[in-house]
Amino acid sequence: MERTYHKQEINMTEALMSRINELISHYPEDKRKSALLPVLHEVQDAHDNWLSIELMNKVAEILLIKPIEVYEVVSFYTMYNQRPVGKYMFEFCQTSPCCLNGVEDLMDYTCEKLGIKVGEPTPDGLFEVRGVECLGACGYAPMMQLGDFYKEHLTAAKIDQLIEDCKNDTIILHDK
Amino acid sequence: MSQKILLDKINIPGIKTYDVYRQNGGYASVEKALKTLTPDEVVEEVKTSGLRGRGGAGFPAGMKWSFIDKKSGKPRHLVCNADESEPGTFKDRYLMEFIPHLLIEGMITSSYALGANLSYIYIRGEYMWVYKILERAINEAKAAGFLGKNILGSGYDLELYVHCGAGAYICGEETALIESLEGKRGNPRIKPPFPAISGLWANPTVVNNVETIAAVPWIINNTGAEYAKIGIGRSTGTKLISASGHIKNPGVYEIELGLSVYEFMNSDEYLGGMSSDRPLKAFVPGGSSVPVLPANLIYKTANGEDRLMSYESLSDGGFATGSMLGSGGFIVYNDTSCIVRNTWNFSRFYHHESCGQCSPCREGTGWMEKVLHRIENGHGREEDIDLLLSIQSKIEGNTICPLGDAAAWPVAAAIRHFRDEFEYHIRFPEKIKKRDHFVEEPFEKVKHLVSKVIV
Repeated sequence: MERTYHKQEINMTEALMSRINELISHYPEDKRKSALLPVLHEVQDAHDNWLSIELMNKVAEILLIKPIEVYEVVSFYTMYNQRPVGKYMFEFCQTSPCCLNGVEDLMDYTCEKLGIKVGEPTPDGLFEVRGVECLGACGYAPMMQLGDFYKEHLTAAKIDQLIEDCKNDTIILHDK
Repeated sequence: MSQKILLDKINIPGIKTYDVYRQNGGYASVEKALKTLTPDEVVEEVKTSGLRGRGGAGFPAGMKWSFIDKKSGKPRHLVCNADESEPGTFKDRYLMEFIPHLLIEGMITSSYALGANLSYIYIRGEYMWVYKILERAINEAKAAGFLGKNILGSGYDLELYVHCGAGAYICGEETALIESLEGKRGNPRIKPPFPAISGLWANPTVVNNVETIAAVPWIINNTGAEYAKIGIGRSTGTKLISASGHIKNPGVYEIELGLSVYEFMNSDEYLGGMSSDRPLKAFVPGGSSVPVLPANLIYKTANGEDRLMSYESLSDGGFATGSMLGSGGFIVYNDTSCIVRNTWNFSRFYHHESCGQCSPCREGTGWMEKVLHRIENGHGREEDIDLLLSIQSKIEGNTICPLGDAAAWPVAAAIRHFRDEFEYHIRFPEKIKKRDHFVEEPFEKVKHLVSKVIV
């Protein structure tokens, strides 16, 4: 697979470090590594939703573990991104119950409207569309995840509105 | 109206908050257990209740608790499995989002029974807003003195935290969940040793589903014997069912086990029938992992008895004519649905979610996905159906964890009950070119073509 090197500005703010230390305190002192998954979420959220090698190394240093212990976890779990991604990532659930309710047509509609293919961000880096597996919202299908939140009972009109809201920067991505 | 014990208070305004929850009788089970019962007496009540694990396997919860190693003197842990990700299932999220304190109360009472002083709720990473709801609710419970040191002056200490995953279905398997909680990849462990002996950080650990733990407060408040009176036979109590697909009222329902499938499907109190005038074709009663059943086996078992929403009735007839209650992920299909496409969809899911540790699962799920994909897209071969059966039989029973079985069963069941639909795809590729090929021309209308070809 082709790999392009992307540089990432690392900024471990005081607020971020204090949240990380709080998370570490949830586990016994000699089990710092247990905090890895929650810490990676926090660090990723604070760094444009992706994790560079340098950032993963930083996490390893904080948790007193080897960098490989971070890489192997990041590459296993689908919610961690190893390359820059669109700021607004529309993650459509494409498992059976959502398909029964027309999610495939909606994904096609969204991609066409944004002029992109699944998995490719828009040139301005604002949007990206992804198909993901069951998000646990089958009764509210079709749906997608946007940041920390679910957008359910989707229609083409709701997609249009969401895209507008994203462009106007009125969407809340994270609950901090 | 059947009895509700999990969702009875869910519509009270403000029930998400500690104050309202407490005013409505919340945390009574913690008071009762810590002040009047020994830990073993709490375990006994849960045993008497007959409560079975609500995550899918249906193992008796009290028995699981009684396996925990209390002799080694190691710290013990209770871990709540909130990694809900079985396709078709969204009940735990509903409970945690709208009545988070019920789970926290259950965690405290259950941790006391197990002698655990440090417990965790492992929630899937996608439910990030629910993670925050639980975190705030835990802080409220702690401020009210229900968590921390010397709870209610009983001398019992408990710390409870939420931990989040990051998008791996396999972490719903209890040993993979423990690995993930230790900050590792979610690779299931070989059992034995079972978590009750060596779980989180090699300490004795019990892992229970959200719904299982949420049933404990009612059992302690009302006794296990009362709980055992609800339901039918060995299927005691109530069960949350997540209903989706082509039905009028999708959503989460609490039912008394033993309700007939017909009533659940058709009464206005529950699903309200089909979403349109298109007829019922198939259903999956317990999440994507359990066998799909065709219309003629949904309301009646092969013996002609009424099919009930219970562990026993849904599995009546074994896999030949039955299925499983599983996690209660109830997916309904009308005649516009394509069984081949749906089976391919599920296989893609399992291929994506296989952790890659065992070759039969890692390779087999990929093979099944590819073969199903080519059948669905008009490139199937006559021998592909037997090839699928051969692959699935080589996965089943040959892997460390049940993900392999979960991937194999739906494929076998789809072929068992809908073989002619697979044959149709293979023999008439020009008729299935469109993604929604059964919308204009449902299979029932073209079925005769398949039988004509057979010599």
